[in-house]
Amino acid sequence: MTQTLTPAPATQATPSRRRFRIGGARMMHIYTWLLIAWLVLPILVMILFGFNDPQGRYNQTWQGFTLKWYGELFALPDLTDALIASLAVAVVSSLISAALGTGIGYALGRYRFRGAGATNLVMFAAISSPELVMGSSLLTLFVSMGVGLGGVTLTIAHVMFSIAFVATVVRARVVTLDRAMEEAAADLGATAWTTWWKVTFPILLPAIFSGIMLAFALSIDDFVITNFTAGNVQTFPLWIWGSTRVGLPPQVNVMGTLIFVVGVLIAVVANLRSRPRKQQD
Amino acid sequence: MNRVKRTLAPYLLVLPGGLWLLVFFVVPMVTMLSLSLQEGDIVNGYVFTGHWQTYVEAISDYQTQMIRSLVYGAITSLVLIVLAFPVAYWIAFYGGRKKTTYLFLILLPFFVSFVLRTISWRMLLTDDGVLLHPLKEAGLLPSGFQLLGTPTAVIAGLVYNFLPFMVLPIYVALERIDPRVVEAARDLYASPATAFRKVIFPLALPGVFAGVLMTFVPASSDYVNSELLGGTSTTMIGQVIQSKFLHTSDYPTASALAFALMAVLLIGVFSYARALGTEDVMKVAAR
Repeated sequence: MTQTLTPAPATQATPSRRRFRIGGARMMHIYTWLLIAWLVLPILVMILFGFNDPQGRYNQTWQGFTLKWYGELFALPDLTDALIASLAVAVVSSLISAALGTGIGYALGRYRFRGAGATNLVMFAAISSPELVMGSSLLTLFVSMGVGLGGVTLTIAHVMFSIAFVATVVRARVVTLDRAMEEAAADLGATAWTTWWKVTFPILLPAIFSGIMLAFALSIDDFVITNFTAGNVQTFPLWIWGSTRVGLPPQVNVMGTLIFVVGVLIAVVANLRSRPRKQQD
Repeated sequence: MNRVKRTLAPYLLVLPGGLWLLVFFVVPMVTMLSLSLQEGDIVNGYVFTGHWQTYVEAISDYQTQMIRSLVYGAITSLVLIVLAFPVAYWIAFYGGRKKTTYLFLILLPFFVSFVLRTISWRMLLTDDGVLLHPLKEAGLLPSGFQLLGTPTAVIAGLVYNFLPFMVLPIYVALERIDPRVVEAARDLYASPATAFRKVIFPLALPGVFAGVLMTFVPASSDYVNSELLGGTSTTMIGQVIQSKFLHTSDYPTASALAFALMAVLLIGVFSYARALGTEDVMKVAAR
């Protein structure tokens, strides 16, 4: 009975509701762009003040356009050293964590074994633990072992927090891997070693590569864990942190801008290259 | 022979990375726990005495900062749910072919160093900066008005820095929803509001949970935002821990505070993870 009664008001209500829905979507569209604008605003400020010509040591108010900071990009040796240290740690730690993380990711994606659960748990803990706790506890380890802090401890720390991310990315690819390919290689007489290098590794390479990129990005941006494990070594974020009170030179903005532009370009190119593959999935 | 190799293979693959995580992630937690129960100082060395009173003293001395951090973290996560949900919803249901582009735009801040991003924020929020100066000129704000140094500035900074971590998991959850389920609800005379409340929102909840997990932990243990944007009335527990470790070298108290903070956060994390399944969280975290 009720069913025969309800359609009438429902159809009456439909036009207004449909209008409401379209209106809602349009409002959400505008809102999405507003939020993106809010996210981008500080980035634009950073880029803009790389072109500023400040008179004093504080680069805070707009005083005129100049390109001279791009010319004098490496005029501050300490800052340049910090940037080089950041890049060096990022390269070394992303390569080591890629090798170690690929092993874990492959094992977890391919085999069922005792200890897989524990490995998953440790990886989950490593991803979700507060950086403050990971950094400070590593500091207590190094202090109680009497190890001096520096480039080595810093790299060790960066490898530590990157492994789980690389392993997760690689595992996701291994799970979707077609085992028939490896079996075919084995049937054709390839040894396990040859199968790995000639079949499995090339298929996993894009995933390993995204793992390396992710680890590199995590490393170069890391502040908290670096703060606890770097000792006297300055990285780019540490240098910025240390110089905030005395005023940041515009070179910091320029370097930030260049890192941003290069990062975005790499991400866009990587995305365009992976597109045809994505459509097949 | 081959079978032995096959059963050994996963262990050999896990071993190097697993050892690394064991020595540099698990063991440090133990050293930190042990250090928190030791007495002594940096010059004369520390002796394990099982002095658990350090915890009582540390927590009673810094309970204000501890509670403040958890409250800031909770407010940050709540504000983020409200801010991020419509965006994730719009991208998931109306993003069409440009979904990836929109997500990429949301992720843009990650291409700028965390510290630098926060400093840019500070420039925007300074008393006579580009945001406040025009509003004061127009008489919309009293000339003595300031944002820096207030809880609002710190929470705004936290919200800004962790926004993508809330949008992504909610987006992933919404993207998985079969549109036919929503259509079915509409066909059964659910109003759009009811369909949202009874169908879409419950299906998005795992994403919201994952988002809370990924924002509450870093936000409540953060010290960068409160240091750069806050003042003396906004000191968070992270600042206390950082300065005790790196400036005053009061390792036992600092370790006790860090351990207490981690205990509180991990209990929360693992109860979430159990409700949600770790695989999902890991998948989201890896993006």
